[in-house]
Amino acid sequence: MGSINSYREKIVYLDNNATTRVAPEALEAMLPFLREKYGNPSSMHSFGGDLDIELDRARRRIASLLGCQPQEIVFTSCGSESDNFAIRGLVDAYPEKRHIITTTVEHPAIKNQIPYLKKRGLRVTEIAVDGKGNIDLNRIEEAIEEDTLLISCMYANNETGVIFPVREIGELARRRGVLFHSDAVQALGKLPIDLNDLPIDLLSFSGHKIHAPKGIGGLFIRRGIKIRPLIIGGHQERSRRGGTENLPYIAALGRAAELAAENINEEKSRVAYLRDKLEVGILSAIESTEVNGTTEPRLPNTTNIGIHFIEGEALLLAMDKYNIAASTGSACASGSLQPSHVLRAMGVPFTSIHGSVRFSLSIYNTEEEIDYVLQVLPEIVEKLRRLSPFHSLEDVKAFGV
Amino acid sequence: MWKYSDRVIDHYENPRNVGVVENANATGEVGSIVCGDALRLTLKIEDGIIKEARFKTFGCGSAIAAASALTEMIKGKRLEEAAKITNKNIVDYLGGLPQAKMHCSVMGQEALEAAILDYRGEKFDHKVEDEGEIICKCFGVTDQKIRRVALENNLHTVEEITDYTKAGGGCGSCLYRIEEIIDELWEEQAQKNNAGGKMTPVQKMKKIEAVIEEEIRPLLRRDGGDIELIDVKDNQVVVRLMGMCAGCHAAVLTLKGLVEEKLRELVDPDLEVVQDGLH
Repeated sequence: MGSINSYREKIVYLDNNATTRVAPEALEAMLPFLREKYGNPSSMHSFGGDLDIELDRARRRIASLLGCQPQEIVFTSCGSESDNFAIRGLVDAYPEKRHIITTTVEHPAIKNQIPYLKKRGLRVTEIAVDGKGNIDLNRIEEAIEEDTLLISCMYANNETGVIFPVREIGELARRRGVLFHSDAVQALGKLPIDLNDLPIDLLSFSGHKIHAPKGIGGLFIRRGIKIRPLIIGGHQERSRRGGTENLPYIAALGRAAELAAENINEEKSRVAYLRDKLEVGILSAIESTEVNGTTEPRLPNTTNIGIHFIEGEALLLAMDKYNIAASTGSACASGSLQPSHVLRAMGVPFTSIHGSVRFSLSIYNTEEEIDYVLQVLPEIVEKLRRLSPFHSLEDVKAFGV
Repeated sequence: MWKYSDRVIDHYENPRNVGVVENANATGEVGSIVCGDALRLTLKIEDGIIKEARFKTFGCGSAIAAASALTEMIKGKRLEEAAKITNKNIVDYLGGLPQAKMHCSVMGQEALEAAILDYRGEKFDHKVEDEGEIICKCFGVTDQKIRRVALENNLHTVEEITDYTKAGGGCGSCLYRIEEIIDELWEEQAQKNNAGGKMTPVQKMKKIEAVIEEEIRPLLRRDGGDIELIDVKDNQVVVRLMGMCAGCHAAVLTLKGLVEEKLRELVDPDLEVVQDGLH
């Protein structure tokens, strides 16, 4: 497929919901702690002990982004750990509560805990979403039982960008005396989050989605919420998470949080503009395409587009040739051969799931990059469609009959 | 990202024989859009020779490559020769496929089978060869197909079955059934070639009994002794030495040197023999 002669040397990275580039400022922030300031903040001597000031600084920066108190932040190794900590920490702290409510479109870090919870004798209700990926509050309310411990619902979906009504869910949870956890890994930095105002009890987040390095995350735990540690160890993080603090990464996360606060308006304006330009451009230039999931309310950086009659992995491979990075919900691109559970839960037709492409932008993307994608993508799709036995739904139905 | 061989990338980027053969007299269509791959193979067969072969596919990079490879492999071949092509031949031609992509080669083989059946005026139905109970409802894979592919490719784990057939790759609710099917299959195979394969506990017990009866007891009786088999626990054989052997100073030697050695030689090298009451 080498006929398009506008190949670029530099990667056009449109997979920021998978991971993001480390901000140069965040990298700078971590270096002193990998070099001369290598002490342990728990040490008695000032060489190490004085570094707790740095821990506090990072914690304050994150608290400021989230609108919470610094002591309500616990550092973890990643978003998945935060999700595990939230659920298992609460289950252990409230053994008399035996029921949990979540949704069918959660990240695997929540979803794949369900069999474990069931094995431990808990009951789990998964609330379905509609065809646009939206959740029905009434169904959550109906699911609440006498011994419901918590509702866990993501802030925004990683695949479609669909934003959930976390304020309403939180209010409902408060009213019914149920705890509310939200996985905000995809929302942090892209949407303003004010926990002073939002009735969320626990909130997971991750560093590498907001231009900090991989290997650092955190969990907001509202003051007064009882929780047991997932990692049992020393007194670090007020005995809520054992293990010597990962100071270099924590410092980077703090700096990245500060940058995210500065850039949040740019996400809303410029990044959303680029996303819209890409989306509209693809929908108008390529036939038989549609957006998966509701377009509003949605993360400003994400679009999930179903390109019918071609297969997503083949498309990614072809895009890779042109140095464009994105992702797909196609079964063939996943290690498990399972098509996206999110799109399936939404009832998206298979013709669209297998050809679904997720583009997720960041503040580092440029309009020129978007123009480049819009220039090459129609031809890539056209070539793959020429290979395909399907050109209409009738073809699909008639196949093999 | 999958690690594809250069050959796969070449066939994916420059697929050979794309399209539909005009006036084709054999067509094979396998897969479906639900599975995420579908392949249409059209052939022109004259005087028992495949004159022309073309394909269209909805599928990932390796599905495209496997279909392209298949058309190259069968063009110009006699029908009987082409019919012998297996998915493994396609994989070899491509210089290997990632484990999880083996089903792409299986799809190629199936499309060819379907096309040949079509030429002969028979209807290809997934179940012509792979009858039986549909185990994986998501991808319509039957127990017969699971057994066949497992045997042909020497697959022993559920993951391998999913890689080759896709069975279990959808909702996952049939994974435990797949496990049962392959366990059953390999147990049967072991029974068939009892000598080489793994024995079931009952088979092992019977064989130990037979060896004691036919090989060991006659030797002990020569010395006025005797032996009784008490139990077999995994690889531990519990016996009781009797008669002259029971009080013999060399009982341990008899036990280890003669009984154990014989059993290891003739039944299983992992066996250990212990005296009843002494273990």
